[in-house]
Amino acid sequence: MMSALLRIGREPLDPQEMAATLAAQGGSGAVAEDPGRDGAVVVFLGLVRNHNLGRSVRYLEYEAYEPLAVKAFERIAHEIRGRWPGVGLALHHRIGRLDISEASIAIVTRSAHRADAYAANRYAIERVKQIAPIWKREYFDGGDVWIEGATADPDDAQARAEAERVACA
Amino acid sequence: MRVTVKLFARLRDIAGVPELTRDLAPGATIGSVWRQLAGEFPELAPYERSISSALNADYSRMDAVVRDGDEVAFLPPVSGG
Repeated sequence: MMSALLRIGREPLDPQEMAATLAAQGGSGAVAEDPGRDGAVVVFLGLVRNHNLGRSVRYLEYEAYEPLAVKAFERIAHEIRGRWPGVGLALHHRIGRLDISEASIAIVTRSAHRADAYAANRYAIERVKQIAPIWKREYFDGGDVWIEGATADPDDAQARAEAERVACA
Repeated sequence: MRVTVKLFARLRDIAGVPELTRDLAPGATIGSVWRQLAGEFPELAPYERSISSALNADYSRMDAVVRDGDEVAFLPPVSGG
C-alpha cells in the first residue's frame, strides 16, 4: 500500500510537501501527537549528475519493481522506527527519464534533536541503495549502460550494520 | 502448472521482454525457473551469483517452491538513489 510518506512515481519530487505531510501526520506517530516537540528537519535530495566514472552523462532512466520497492521502503521505515524511535520519515523515489540536476530521490526526516534526524536520513539512503529494487540506466556521450550496484538482500545483517555504521559516523 | 516471470533492467534487455510465462513440473523452485531461463538465454547465466529473486512481490530465496499462478521476479544488482 503506497502511503503519502513512502512513494514511487513519475512526478517531480516535492520535499516541501513531504515535510508538511510529515509534520501533519508523523512518521512514527509521536510526531503527529505533538509536532511542537520537534526541533529538526533534514532533507536529502539525490540529483542526477552530469558525470560518472569519467563519462559525460546526458540523462538517466529509472525503473522499479514498484510493489516490492514500496515494501522495501516500509522495511526501511520499520528499521528506523526500531533504531531511532522518535524520528519521522518520508521517502519518495522518482522513476522514468530524469535530466541533469533533477532529483531522483527525496528523504525527509524529522526529530526532536538534529543528531537523530541526520543519522536516520543517512541510514535511509544507504538502505535504499542496498535493498530497493530500483535500477538506473545511464545515457552518456557515446552509449548507455545499466548501473548495477548491490545484490539486494534485506536479511543481510552485515549490510544493515554497515548502513548504520555510516549513518552514525 | 504455470508461473509468470518478471525480469528487470539488463535481465529484461537480455530476454527481450519484461514478462513471460513458463510451464513447470510440480515441485519446481525459483532456482529451477532461473536455470530454465538461463538455458534459453545464455547471457543470463553470469548473473546467477549476483541476482536476487522475489516471489509474489516479496523477496525470496532460490530454493523456494513455486505454485501455479505465482509471480516470480529476477532482480539484477540494484542501483536506486
